[in-house]
Amino acid sequence: MTSGDAAAFVAFDRVQKSYDGETLVVKDLNLAIGKGEFLTMLGPSGSGKTTCLMMLAGFETATHGEITLDGRPINNIPPHKRGIGMVFQNYALFPHMTVAENLAFPLEVRGIGKSDREEKIKRALDMVQMGDFAGRRPAQLSGGQQQRIALARALVFEPELVLMDEPLGALDKQLRETLQFEITKLAHDLGITTVYVTHDQTEALTMSDRVAVFDDGVIQQLDAPDILYEEPKNSFVAQFIGENNTLHGTVERIDGDAAVVRLDDGSQIDTIPVNVDKPGQRTLVSIRPERVEFNKDRLAPDAHTIKAEVKEFIYMGDIYRTRVSVAGNDDFIIKTRNAPDQRRLKKGEILEIGWRPQDCRALDA
Amino acid sequence: MAALPPYASPVQRAWYYGFRILCGLIFFFLIAPIIVVIPLSFNAEDFFTFTPGMLALDPDAYGTSHYRDFFTNPAWQQALGNSVRIAPMATLLAVSLGTLAAVGLSQSHVPFKGAIMAILISPMIVPLIISAAGMYFFYSRIGLQGTYWGVVMAHTALGIPFVIITVTATLVGFDRSLTRASASLGAGPIRTFFKVQMPLILPGVISGALFAFITSFDEVVVVLFVGSAGQKTLPWQMFIGLREQISPTILAVATVLVAISILLLTTVEFLRRRSERLRGMSPG
Repeated sequence: MTSGDAAAFVAFDRVQKSYDGETLVVKDLNLAIGKGEFLTMLGPSGSGKTTCLMMLAGFETATHGEITLDGRPINNIPPHKRGIGMVFQNYALFPHMTVAENLAFPLEVRGIGKSDREEKIKRALDMVQMGDFAGRRPAQLSGGQQQRIALARALVFEPELVLMDEPLGALDKQLRETLQFEITKLAHDLGITTVYVTHDQTEALTMSDRVAVFDDGVIQQLDAPDILYEEPKNSFVAQFIGENNTLHGTVERIDGDAAVVRLDDGSQIDTIPVNVDKPGQRTLVSIRPERVEFNKDRLAPDAHTIKAEVKEFIYMGDIYRTRVSVAGNDDFIIKTRNAPDQRRLKKGEILEIGWRPQDCRALDA
Repeated sequence: MAALPPYASPVQRAWYYGFRILCGLIFFFLIAPIIVVIPLSFNAEDFFTFTPGMLALDPDAYGTSHYRDFFTNPAWQQALGNSVRIAPMATLLAVSLGTLAAVGLSQSHVPFKGAIMAILISPMIVPLIISAAGMYFFYSRIGLQGTYWGVVMAHTALGIPFVIITVTATLVGFDRSLTRASASLGAGPIRTFFKVQMPLILPGVISGALFAFITSFDEVVVVLFVGSAGQKTLPWQMFIGLREQISPTILAVATVLVAISILLLTTVEFLRRRSERLRGMSPG
């Protein structure tokens, strides 16, 4: 997609960013975000995701390329005239103002009258279930409450685009999960376009319409969460999203959309070739732990099976996590659901394990 | 200070009491000369020492004649008037310029920060007599010597370092994402400065203003060089009083100045704590 795309509400067109004039933090970024879409930029620290967000917000300038908002180039518009709501990791509430004054701030800037202002503030606070806290100061609120207020403040002036920079990073796990759900619901109910930055892949998967996985200043893959998880396009994405088993091997032959890979211990397995194209190439075979099967009745008749030795059995409540040794890899994980008929494997047991060929993807090594 | 623990050794015990005696002595040497001026200023006689009558607590030995002289003598009144006109103006300028400088120097992209800071702070470090002599020659050349604005500018230069230091210290704790948040909410740089940054660094600004005011109000060396008879300030008049007339009126003036200082310090400290509480730094 390009910036000329009518559906794109936000577009990055060949955007580059360099802080020192030599190394590019963001390399040739092209990204189109649809109106009302919830897009997450996911990646390790230093991958360029936050820089992209800051360029969109206007706090960093693009070294090269153009960013458009609703078809309008915004490179030369200062941050305060972009009308983009923003939520920060450390909340960034004004400590000398009450909650209500914090929310009134963007409305006063826009010259909205007092009665209108009060109504909007009340509505925004009710939206984040903080209606009773209008008179408090930020220092009197917990982290989760502060972030709700920050969210309400970013939404109170009804922006069409909201940016969130790791907003849940400083909160504990349970609160994070509640707020993940609330933010997603709010964004969809209000029809706001949201760009969300995080390094937490669970957050990215559960909240987003689409996820852009960043690494080394480049988008490695841009897809819906299920596609990203089940059909990673390269080994970085496969490793970064979710848990992943990898086996090293060499491509033996490629036959259309099937490839046979010879693992380093000599055994052969069927795979889907993703970004390998010729026999003899080194490859990293990726299999999700929950797609590995050791119950012969459930295995497809045509599936290649392979010998495995149980190294460790870990009981995790809802699931069993079994570490086995396969083709020289001692850290091969099998995840099974704690079902009434599920067998608990024992250390030292020798198994025949297998998987459907389509769950086994041959990626770049 | 914590009480002496039961396991303290003899050396620790000796230090425990010795330390208290030392602190007491330091306080005594700092405060005694100031305290002693207060009863002396109520001397009925024109003496700089306690008269036998005063020591016997005879009410007739005490009087307010020196205060009467201070409030009626035109020379003292003119000096008071000058001080009151010069110090607030110098404070206002020092606070405005010093705050701007501190905010500017806290930006990460400013080049030669260390050098600029050193130059701005130098009036505090360079011996006053050297600054005064330099200002005298420079101000004479540009026609500021012996004028009201000349003295104000000289005192502004002396006050700026205090403002820069106190404001820079409060800026260290200032969260940069607040200015970004303000911009994202639609506020331009000027509104952001006055509505977000200024209220939060106010405690530093207030402390700086106090120091700048006291500097100007107490200063005698620079004003002797840069000012003329028309800008004779209180410290200058006191200096003359001591050297030429040996008039005990300066004891009354000193007492008034001490009272003003205490009043200022308490008010400003109250204001500073209040704004610190308001910005959420300490629990209300």
